[in-house]
Amino acid sequence: MTNEELSQLALRVREHIIHMATDGGCFIGASLSCADLLVHLYTRVLNVSPAKVQDPDRDYLLLSKGHDVPALYGVLAELGFIPRERLQNHLKTHDSIYWHPNRAVPGVEFHSGSLGHLLSVSMGIAMDLKLRGSKNRVFVVLGDGELDEGTIWEGALVAKAKGLDNLVAVIDRNNFQANIRTEELIPLEPIQDKFEAFGWKTRRVNGHDFAALDGAFFGLPMESGSPTCIVADTVRGKGLPSIEARADRWFVNFKREEIEGLLKELHGGAETKLTSEALIVR
Amino acid sequence: MTYENLLKATAEQDPNLMVLTAENRAVIRGLPPVLGGRFIDFGIAEQTMIGAAAGLALRGRTPVAHALATFLIFRAYEFVRDDVCIPGLPVKLVGGVPGFLSDGNGPTHQAIEDVALMRGLPNMQVFTPSDEVELLQGMPKVLASGKPCYIRYCGVPAVVEHQPFELGKAEVLSEGKDVTLLTYGFMLRETVAAKKVLESKGVSVRLVNLRMPKPADEQAIVEAVKATGMVVTIEDHFLTGGLWSILGEVCLKHGVAPKRAMPIALEERWFKPALLSDVLQHEGFTGEQIAQKILREVR
Repeated sequence: MTNEELSQLALRVREHIIHMATDGGCFIGASLSCADLLVHLYTRVLNVSPAKVQDPDRDYLLLSKGHDVPALYGVLAELGFIPRERLQNHLKTHDSIYWHPNRAVPGVEFHSGSLGHLLSVSMGIAMDLKLRGSKNRVFVVLGDGELDEGTIWEGALVAKAKGLDNLVAVIDRNNFQANIRTEELIPLEPIQDKFEAFGWKTRRVNGHDFAALDGAFFGLPMESGSPTCIVADTVRGKGLPSIEARADRWFVNFKREEIEGLLKELHGGAETKLTSEALIVR
Repeated sequence: MTYENLLKATAEQDPNLMVLTAENRAVIRGLPPVLGGRFIDFGIAEQTMIGAAAGLALRGRTPVAHALATFLIFRAYEFVRDDVCIPGLPVKLVGGVPGFLSDGNGPTHQAIEDVALMRGLPNMQVFTPSDEVELLQGMPKVLASGKPCYIRYCGVPAVVEHQPFELGKAEVLSEGKDVTLLTYGFMLRETVAAKKVLESKGVSVRLVNLRMPKPADEQAIVEAVKATGMVVTIEDHFLTGGLWSILGEVCLKHGVAPKRAMPIALEERWFKPALLSDVLQHEGFTGEQIAQKILREVR
């Protein structure tokens, strides 16, 4: 697919996210920030497809900051892992599509919700792939706020010690944790230096630029024996200027009548005048 | 046969068996050269070990993870809960020096709420061997169960002749009508000693070794309640959530009640750290002391 086609795909993924942000809402800020990353990974990087979801010879992607799962649902629906109509079951008891990922949805590798878990789960998968001589790889998407968790750094230490160069941590650097800018609360920078000090190889990239993401994700690992960390600079709420980069638009439950305006805004229309309440749920 | 040799032999038969440790090799020192890449030492990183064990299990492995019980399941509790129990992956957690076996280490090392925490988790099984014989009897069944299991490691010499092991089945080591002594794990040794004292005083004792607090053998408990005038639970565990709680839950569920019941457990406190024999004496958990407590009640 061309970059333009990826952009169109990403727009459709964002439409799904907007729809999932009503009738109960979702964590829209993080979902929109990582949508381009997931679109790029699933179309140009990962060796996985609807036919391969159970194939042991596949690449894995795990969402460690699971609240961005609407973006993954959108990608899985657009790429044929699940029917698009299934997304209408968001938060319905007769399906298993809710605010955090779970394996009942084809293409979702593991559940998450509690932060700081899936780096280690990814390491277990990566260890097994190496033991079996597989060339497949494991990508794990971490939130930047998630880097507060001690298990990220425990895992980073062990991943290098075990030479997991088939492991790629992708940090969705949208600069926010739930309610506040990361640098105002627990400053994270310089993120690359921290991972480099733990023995990882790192790159920093614009997480919304498909050509730049090619440069970040192609040609890995950067060094044999070293895990990779890609710091992807992103914008919370990307695609909807009315909510972009705002601390109070983390979890949003849009009113139904706001959806039409939001979809127009996504396609370049005017900013929506929102009256829906921003919710804080964790 | 030793525990280590059992794992070695199992690994030879099952290419998916893996042995993990968070830098605790006390009972598996000989395995690294034998298992090669299937032995992984994570360093002092219990949470990462449990998360990675889940990842390995997703790929078809059966990971057997070792650490001191406290660090394995308390430090990494949420990883056990989220990454092992929610998906029900066949990760085996082998907790070292549980209960009184931590002897002189002090309260940070006393796993005496481990049974309560582990049996409270959906999908988790709990195996509490009383000695090396029972450990070796149970491990093959636990390893083959396809489910998560917490193993409260105890490798002391056996003082009884064990019956064949079945998952979720207690063993009734003696029939009796006056008192049921209901126990599991390391305390079986002292319970057997208590039984001898009681019998020398003319008390008829039914001795039940639960073997697995989860799934607990409810039928064996109900039968013991019906068959004897008094039930005594004996465990090196907090009173809350262990065998005393199991007895209460099973009795309520089945609508039976012991005529009399008494717990021997640690009530809202950690035990005095010392050498094991001194711990038992200080805390009143020797067979003789247990028997005397019971005699005061039955007389």
